[in-house]
Amino acid sequence: MATERKHAWGPRKDNVLIGKSIQRIDGVGKASGAAKFSADINTKGTLFAKLLTCKLGHAKVKSLDAEPAKKIPGVKGVHLFKKVGDEIRWDGELIVAVAAETEDQAEDGVKAIKVEYETLEHFVDEADLAGGEKAGRNKPAGENKKGDVEAALKTAKVVHKGHYGIATISHMCLEPHGSHCEFAGDQLTAHLSTQNVSGTPGQFAEGMLMDAKNVTVIGNYEGGGFGSKFAIGEWGLACAKMAKELGRPVRLMLDRATELKVAGTRPSGFIDVTIAADADGKIVAWDSHHWGTAGIGGGGVALGQIPYVYDFENQSRRQTGIGCNVGPNQAWRAPPHPQACALSQVAIDDIAAKLGKDSYDVFLKNLPSTGAKAGVYEEEMKIAAKEIDWKAKWHPHGQSPDKGPIKRGLGMAMHKWGGGPGACNCNVKVHPDGSVETFLGSQDLGTGTRTVIAIVLAETFGLPLSSVKVNLGSSKYPNSAGSGGSITVGGVSGAHRRAAQDALWKIFDLVAEKYKVSADNLAAKGGNILNGKDVVCTWKQACGLVGPMPLEVAGKGPVQDGLTNNSVGGVQMVDLSVDTETGLIRIHKFVSVQDCGLIIDELTAKSQVLGGLIMGITYALSEERIMDNKTGRYINADLQNYKLARIGDIGELVAIMYQPDSEYDRGVVGLGEPPVISPGAAISNAVANATGVRVPVLPLTPKRVLDALKGGRA
Amino acid sequence: MRPFEYASPRTEAEAAALLNAYDGHTAVLAGGTDLFNLLKRDLVTPQRVVDIKNIESMRGTTPVSDGVLVGALTTLDDILSEPLLADYASLRQVADAVHAIQIRDNGTLGGDLCLLPNCWYFRNGYGLLGQDRGQSLVNEGRNELHAIFGNRGPAKFVSASRFAPALIAWGARVRIVGPASDQVSLLPLEYFFVTPKSAEQGVTVLQPGQFVSHVWLPTAAHNVASATYEVLQLEGLDWPLAAASACVETSAGIVKDARIVFGHVAPTPWSSFDAVAALVGKEITESTAQAAGDAAVARATPLSENEYKVQLARTAVKRALLRAAGKLEMA
Repeated sequence: MATERKHAWGPRKDNVLIGKSIQRIDGVGKASGAAKFSADINTKGTLFAKLLTCKLGHAKVKSLDAEPAKKIPGVKGVHLFKKVGDEIRWDGELIVAVAAETEDQAEDGVKAIKVEYETLEHFVDEADLAGGEKAGRNKPAGENKKGDVEAALKTAKVVHKGHYGIATISHMCLEPHGSHCEFAGDQLTAHLSTQNVSGTPGQFAEGMLMDAKNVTVIGNYEGGGFGSKFAIGEWGLACAKMAKELGRPVRLMLDRATELKVAGTRPSGFIDVTIAADADGKIVAWDSHHWGTAGIGGGGVALGQIPYVYDFENQSRRQTGIGCNVGPNQAWRAPPHPQACALSQVAIDDIAAKLGKDSYDVFLKNLPSTGAKAGVYEEEMKIAAKEIDWKAKWHPHGQSPDKGPIKRGLGMAMHKWGGGPGACNCNVKVHPDGSVETFLGSQDLGTGTRTVIAIVLAETFGLPLSSVKVNLGSSKYPNSAGSGGSITVGGVSGAHRRAAQDALWKIFDLVAEKYKVSADNLAAKGGNILNGKDVVCTWKQACGLVGPMPLEVAGKGPVQDGLTNNSVGGVQMVDLSVDTETGLIRIHKFVSVQDCGLIIDELTAKSQVLGGLIMGITYALSEERIMDNKTGRYINADLQNYKLARIGDIGELVAIMYQPDSEYDRGVVGLGEPPVISPGAAISNAVANATGVRVPVLPLTPKRVLDALKGGRA
Repeated sequence: MRPFEYASPRTEAEAAALLNAYDGHTAVLAGGTDLFNLLKRDLVTPQRVVDIKNIESMRGTTPVSDGVLVGALTTLDDILSEPLLADYASLRQVADAVHAIQIRDNGTLGGDLCLLPNCWYFRNGYGLLGQDRGQSLVNEGRNELHAIFGNRGPAKFVSASRFAPALIAWGARVRIVGPASDQVSLLPLEYFFVTPKSAEQGVTVLQPGQFVSHVWLPTAAHNVASATYEVLQLEGLDWPLAAASACVETSAGIVKDARIVFGHVAPTPWSSFDAVAALVGKEITESTAQAAGDAAVARATPLSENEYKVQLARTAVKRALLRAAGKLEMA
């Protein structure tokens, strides 16, 4: 061969599918119900399980009698999560699962169980640092210093002290956590709602004391995970155990309240900040102490990302975790960047106001301390500002020209994320008839993973999407990493491009030999093999040269070959109104400018951004876990009082993909997390701009807005 | 869900007879938009559920000599499309603000009047009054959504009815059937609601065997304007944080008489006579509406976490009045 063959993406201008807006290939299946989620699996003889949970914040099991449940008609078995003497650490802890012929019978079984508790003292006020200290719940969670903060404070032009916070939220997956487990002999098949198809058979095997080779995990479609579905959970293991013991398939999905309480939360954060700047707006010192909770162990928002996204010369940071009787945390989309952003960039906005400067100019002035991304941020700021008309619409905080009670304001924030490729192994088969399929133990969380893989294969082979089949969602396929951290798109697209190019080169060699042309000049386009502009043969004829068996090629990743990359930035700006008589906030326009390397499918990429903005607007305005100090309970664990934004609440969303050739040339980078990071700070800053008052804690509910307005200027 | 008997009467008399059984452990099923939630959580445990949807006499709106008679089974969508209700703007505005197709299709006017509170202590099993071992959980707990009026007794929740403020402002009456099959009474709607002193008392005057069959509304006079203003946090299905309805009778632009009723601020719909006193004899302007709002909340008694609702109530009154006068300008 004359030319060295290197894995690479083709010239951008030649792409037929890559970078275009292409609908999800499983969209119709999902919209029509043909796509089956774990919560849909109902094989013959399936039993349905329901859970008894404890409704106390902290307690000890005094007595527990599940026998009455077994006497309820239809009930086939029970599984005990707790025994007498066990401690209950938070509202919603699982006590017993009951499996029955119908869901109603299982409910009746749950109600028949007799359980008594000894109530213990609880602590659930995660914002109350002093209360946590008094209750002995506080634990130091780290500190970190650099430079000379005290000296910098002395010479600074302005010093601002602020207090800010962001409440805990739950993952609130549309499809709750759970599984359908079925045994055939010693073989377990678990339809699991998971982000981690390849990584979960071992979890079942360990808990069931069986060989992992006898476990198959299926996860074809997921109704949301957001970081909370890597483990099978005690409910998953209980489902498998009951299936084994009862000799019947069992389906156990969490009910909505339990989903909210125990299946995953994003930690809260509350911060006291002293920030200082020179006369030009350059921030010279940052000194902060923040606290909050990730659950019973304390923890919270790791301090490494504060101040976000800046790394100032002089900074001191300290973190305290408060152990609270609340359900455990799980990674939530871009952990812990959304909180770090909401705790940091509000202070930057406030010191800009104190300096009498446009927030934009202060964010811009400090870009050098963001590191390598500074240039991209600057470009993205320009694009976002133009789209939202920042220069024309911005006014100093509190100086809205609006006469009535409704005040308009602008705010901005910026973010970063890694998004490097995760591990992926795939097995690509090119059939002698020219059709193509791939097998991989990855999963499509709804983000478009199937579609992206199909685009990469179809583009590489010069085929229409319909010629490609993507088989994922089984742990019997080659291992792929769990989907979290925005690592999937890089992982799967890199591995598939490699496998597809390897396969294509083999086919080119066969074509070259048969048709006496140079393999170096061949290209696969439009269902043909081309030599320059001449058609050598059809794709199908070429594949026929492989022989009677399919050509099978393994793809691997990640590999440092330029197909993929990591590190993204992103800038967001919002234009909103605050009704100062009701505290209600209305989003007019929300602009996101996002870089993410080479985009495989612009439509699904934009979908990721829009989804991130909607989640971000929601946690900024209405979504929070509300813990009741009196009862120790998660008092709003229902879809009425756990308030999620609807289409009317989000305003006009504009997703601009930052796509100069320099981004294309970087290769594929993950995008799932970053767009959800900035909305909290951006919205808080816009409210401060509109009203002249900082509403310190997110979400910005009417109560918090009116309380802050009553208190006056921050 | 506990087992229960299901009955589906065809007449009001049959319904009364079916409800007047099991020592009052019966429940009325109309639209079912909330009853199923209550049943699933064991918050109500009737031995018999009486489905009144097939009682034809309780459907539709009919003109009567001095007004209109609205069947209790009238849905929210019916309210919006019924020509006989076109002049009752404050009522239509409520229906229009329920942003859920399912509730608008299935929810009924009678059902709305009989809703149990949305108080999260009640819904989480601490009884109608939100108590644990006889002590109120609300006073020192999460009371940001609770009452700012009429909350000195054990009841701290807010009435869940969205239509009652508008109906009361119009001087509506409820037609109550039962407990005897032939027993019928007509009661001013403001006397229908009860602030319970015990959890067993319920939130309305209805006794076992009684149910609401119709709502009577007086003829909408040409010099009466009405409006409702609900403070809703979300654009989707959501419950108001506070609301006010006003009916204003004017002559040459001057308010002769008015009725102003709050929703979602007290255990019952809450009439503000202070607001009316501040308004009568004046033209509705930004400043008189503001003064009426101020007067309306002057005697509020907020709990530890709901001071902000005083401001919301004040604004609701002001904006309901301005809306009635056609002077509400909102972005």
